[in-house]
Amino acid sequence: METLLTPAFVTALLFGAVTAGVPLLLAGLGEQVSEKAGVLNIGIEGMMLAGAYAGFVAAYYSGSFLAGFVAGGLGGAGVAALMALFCVRLGMNQIVIGIALTLGAEGLTALLHHFQFSRSYPRLDAAPALALPGLAEIPIVGPALFSHHWLVYLAVLLVPLLAWVFRRTHLGLNLEAAGQMPAALDAAGIGVLATRTFAVLATGFLAGMGGAYMANVGAGLFVPFMTGGAGFMGIVLAMLARGRPSWVLVGSIVFGLSLSLTTAFQVAGVNVPTDVVQMLPFLMVMLMLVLFARHSGLPPALGLPYVRGSR
Amino acid sequence: MGKAPVLSLRGVTKRFPGVIANDNISLDFRAGEIHVLLGENGAGKSTLIGVLAGMQQPDAGEILSHGRAVRIGSPRESLGLGIGTVFQHVLLVPSLTVLENLMLGRGRASRLDRAGTLRRFHDLSQALAVSLDPEAKLGALSLGQQQQVEIMRALWRGEGVLILDEPTSMLTPQGVRELGEVMRRLRGQGVAVIFITHKLREAYEFGDRISVLRLGRLVGQLGPERLSAMNQEQATDEVIRLMFGSPSGHQGEAETLAGRGIRRRAGIIDRSGEAILRARDLSTVAETGECPLREVGFDLWPGEVLGIAGVDGNGQKHLAEVLAGQRMAAQGSIRLGGVEIGGTDVGARRRMGLRYITDERLGEGTVQPFSVATNLVMKEIGVAGLWRHGVSLWGRIHGHARERIREFDIRTPSERTPVGRLSGGNIQKVLLARELGSAARVVIFNKPTYGLDLQNTKLARDRIREGADAGLATVLISTELDELIELADRIGVMFQGRLAGIIDNREGVEQRIGLLMTGAAA
Repeated sequence: METLLTPAFVTALLFGAVTAGVPLLLAGLGEQVSEKAGVLNIGIEGMMLAGAYAGFVAAYYSGSFLAGFVAGGLGGAGVAALMALFCVRLGMNQIVIGIALTLGAEGLTALLHHFQFSRSYPRLDAAPALALPGLAEIPIVGPALFSHHWLVYLAVLLVPLLAWVFRRTHLGLNLEAAGQMPAALDAAGIGVLATRTFAVLATGFLAGMGGAYMANVGAGLFVPFMTGGAGFMGIVLAMLARGRPSWVLVGSIVFGLSLSLTTAFQVAGVNVPTDVVQMLPFLMVMLMLVLFARHSGLPPALGLPYVRGSR
Repeated sequence: MGKAPVLSLRGVTKRFPGVIANDNISLDFRAGEIHVLLGENGAGKSTLIGVLAGMQQPDAGEILSHGRAVRIGSPRESLGLGIGTVFQHVLLVPSLTVLENLMLGRGRASRLDRAGTLRRFHDLSQALAVSLDPEAKLGALSLGQQQQVEIMRALWRGEGVLILDEPTSMLTPQGVRELGEVMRRLRGQGVAVIFITHKLREAYEFGDRISVLRLGRLVGQLGPERLSAMNQEQATDEVIRLMFGSPSGHQGEAETLAGRGIRRRAGIIDRSGEAILRARDLSTVAETGECPLREVGFDLWPGEVLGIAGVDGNGQKHLAEVLAGQRMAAQGSIRLGGVEIGGTDVGARRRMGLRYITDERLGEGTVQPFSVATNLVMKEIGVAGLWRHGVSLWGRIHGHARERIREFDIRTPSERTPVGRLSGGNIQKVLLARELGSAARVVIFNKPTYGLDLQNTKLARDRIREGADAGLATVLISTELDELIELADRIGVMFQGRLAGIIDNREGVEQRIGLLMTGAAA
């Protein structure tokens, strides 16, 4: 064990945790917006994947990471628009549509990727890192936490921003009411469907950015099915966080660390079967659910389509 | 009243599949007047409110605001016309504070204006003479207080029209008095108040003008001049005459409507023998948003009706479920005919003669897509005679259903019709037919007439009385005091999970119950 805990290993572990955690953070925050408004967004895995693909393609052809993230967000929002159409506007079952969208996005991105690149997996250049002056020089922790792509800092800043939106703005109240008591929101003169549509699109955009980060920064390439359950982990994070963005951050650190540990173990050549190591993050998910999800505090109207005048 | 109306309906018609909810209704609402819309369940009051509040679109007719034709396509447009609505069921968000609820809907994405909202909150608190904590979570307030928040919200922008849809149904007598004061204050300030109720007494007490609806039609109106010239009795008779033409053919319905609280149970209960149902020290554990039972106990003798009064949400549901066996008590004992049944399940209790008629006729009482016949045997699936070796004998099940349909006068096209297609009154008859079989000894009714029209209310009450006369021991949980006074021998009051003072149903019982409902006297 002593041979493992070298400064270099710890730095790599933490760096990896951030890289793995940021997509989870974005997905978890996005899912939180959706769930707050009463839409259980199972399609988020598909939105991440669509974002990863769109983001990669945009970055690959334009050479711009910014363009990649914007395209990723739009790709995710595109899938989310379908979710909003079917589940919010037409009131169809959110679970069924969510699963369909995830499966559809998996198939479609794999197919498009195959047509475009055949069996090759072109790589992007390494993403430029923005080292925060001063902080990045701290030994061990500095290079691990404060020398990342700017999207990482943006994602972290999103946490207080969302907390502020939830507590201090009309949008926050509207989202909360749409999930807790949609008829009250309607009676107050705000469209429930409009509020929920906005929430679902925002979720798609954030999840898509998370996917694009995974492809463009995390891996530097797109591989079909590359999100590997990150969207579902985001759902778990949102569920455990009970409407608080800060808890999504905590959760994504924990999950990010366990994902990073998986990679680190493999790199360090620890003599444990790969399959067991790869199970680690999912064991963590189950453990967290068993420990903390007894009272999930989910909104009462979650998963229920809203129809004016019916109760 | 020479004043021009602030809001008018002209020939408003609204159809739903199979019914005309509003048939060519024309009404005028004036500033500084409390206008009562009176009618029984299903008369079309709520649809009319839905039209004014922008929740429903009329099929024909027009709405005039200050003499100008308007279209109210959404709740927002209704608010924009200065119409504030307080719906029958509280439409506020329980997880938000009072202040946050009042800010809801006043913007889309902008920052919340707490200071300005607080100022308006204090102004309105003063105008309405109510005191509320603006930072309290709404879910922690009593229903009466929640309603005050609703009224504030409805008047927020200085709305000139306030609609109150059955506002007294969730209130204690004290809460009703306070609401009356608030309404009179608003009338003094020139607000046009539209007050919807199915209770004649309230209509007379609060109304300057009473419009009577029946089966979707406006059947008559009593203006302020005529109302002030009449005493309560005359006004009541006049409204009954409007509703039924000649009252003679509808005596029972008219009395039910008038809520005159006639005591029909004159029988003397023999309490010398052993009580058939003894509950002692019953307590339950509540989930969030529910009220648990706290050490509830009572005795019930054969042929007796024990009324349980109280504002909804004070533990009545838990009491009914614990007695029926659908919920286990955390402590306490229930003895039926001397046998402890606290640990037994629903089936065992049913076989011992205990029956439960739930207030949730659709969710809990019946399976809507299943046929009337299936619903009639729902609690006896597998019983010998209708099943053999687990195989349904449909001929016998349908035969059994036809008997029941005849006996209880269930209006259904056939025994195979899905129960969800029947009216509320007929679904209640299906439940009564299922539960009030020959072997019943103790029956628990939870709000048996809730949401029923007058005719079915009367029928259900008659059934309860007949059952008791035939020796059934009955627990009657109701939020309608008139109903309890009509049917019960003794009345207890549920308040915050406790059953306070079971008292004999005699003259003057209303006042004592009113006090007990607010927890003022134990």
